[in-house]
Amino acid sequence: METPIKDGREKLRKWVLIIVMHLLAVLAWQAWITLGEVEPYIMPAPLDTFATLLEFKEYRWVHNTMITAASVFGGFWLAVVVGITLAVLFSWSRWLNDALMPLIVSLNMIPKVALGPIFIVWFSYGLGPNILIAFSICFLPILITTTRGLGEVEPELIDLVRTLRASRWQIFTKIQLPGALPFIFSGMKVAVVLAVAGAIVGEFIASEEGLGYLMMQVQVTLDTAGMFMAVLMITAVGVTLYAIVLLLERLLVVSDARME
Amino acid sequence: MAQSSFISLEGVRKVYRGPKEDFLAVSDVTFDVHAGELVSMVGPSGCGKTTVLKILAGLHSHEEGTVRIGSEHASFDPARDIGMVFQQPLLLKWRRVMDNVLLPSEILGIPMTEARERAGYLLEMVGLTGFEQSYPYELSGGMQQRAAIARALVHDPKLILMDEPFGALDALTREKMNLELLRIWGESGKTIVFVTHGIQEAVFLGNRVVVLTAGPARMADNFLVDLPYPRGLDLKTTEAFGDYTRRIYKLLGME
Repeated sequence: METPIKDGREKLRKWVLIIVMHLLAVLAWQAWITLGEVEPYIMPAPLDTFATLLEFKEYRWVHNTMITAASVFGGFWLAVVVGITLAVLFSWSRWLNDALMPLIVSLNMIPKVALGPIFIVWFSYGLGPNILIAFSICFLPILITTTRGLGEVEPELIDLVRTLRASRWQIFTKIQLPGALPFIFSGMKVAVVLAVAGAIVGEFIASEEGLGYLMMQVQVTLDTAGMFMAVLMITAVGVTLYAIVLLLERLLVVSDARME
Repeated sequence: MAQSSFISLEGVRKVYRGPKEDFLAVSDVTFDVHAGELVSMVGPSGCGKTTVLKILAGLHSHEEGTVRIGSEHASFDPARDIGMVFQQPLLLKWRRVMDNVLLPSEILGIPMTEARERAGYLLEMVGLTGFEQSYPYELSGGMQQRAAIARALVHDPKLILMDEPFGALDALTREKMNLELLRIWGESGKTIVFVTHGIQEAVFLGNRVVVLTAGPARMADNFLVDLPYPRGLDLKTTEAFGDYTRRIYKLLGME
């Protein structure tokens, strides 16, 4: 068992290391620009990149970031709800599982990027199609890990509660679902990365706002600094969502059961 | 005599239907258990002892014979009167020890204040006072199995079914748990059916031993172990103890 003081020091060390490494990466970036005499339209300096934040009227950072965050978060949480719900239904009905799972796996082979133009036809430009693209690209990992997690119950444990005449609902809420949580979270962590990618691809092709759209817009004028800042903001959206997922995992899953 | 017994099995036979051929799991199983007895069921793997246990638990059906649990003097409710312990503790790793022990009470809808009080008492009986709020991973294998025993007792069942509960423990812990089980049995007065492949363990624990043999699965013997309780480990060196174990070895064709 670790003492609280040692635990606290360990935590501090971890955080200092995280901040130092990120700062070092920015420094290396600046050093490369300065020493390599790289043209700013090829590679902007960190300060020039951050300076674009001040021109908020031109770039509409807050608005565009909010739009992208809405696509990412919307697609992601929709995938969480649909993925877990389907997995639960599949675990309840073998028939449903056998009928739908192969179809879903086939459909997943569709390159989601190719859906963009079709979604525009169906839903016109805007948030909707982007959320759908983000959703379609990230829901399968959640479905698969949840399905596995729900099936990962020792048969003897089921025997034990069956002697007590436990209902299917009791088995689900007391044993299956909490047991599947570590699996669900490992699927969600994979899905965060995919949701960000899906939302940005959507904005490239089917949007008139958002950070992905902004990138396409400033690319025309070779505004590399603006593009870099957009990438950083996209990353920040992803990191925020990832942090939320980690926080939820901390609250809901006992440390011993977490899948790192 | 058969009227006053708590459990009565007569000519029980169970066949698992396979896709190609059927597999005879148990046959000719006939024995009685009186209320408060600790019966060891011993035999090699594949002799059907777990199957008999599952038939008693109501988890398996049987083709032939009769199974009766409960008597005029001791009623039996199959939904509330069975406690089970397996080779693995099967504790829910996201629940603290106390909440693990409470699982059967939750399922049966027993009022929580009452159940908590009983769980606390049982945790004390199995020697886990102070670990109520620990998670299973913070406990050793032996301690986890103690928690599993407390869980099997929490809804105050009349019958405890144990399937090689100490089979996964190291030899020393196993001996210790045998002594603990005898103490818990003495304190709780439950009827226990204890499945094991350990011949010494079967004789040491049981006041009655049922011997099953494999290939084909059938019941080979059923005898009372006339050794006084409380039993200590020095019992294992006595001649009487040796006579009982030799009797089983002989039945299993190992002598």
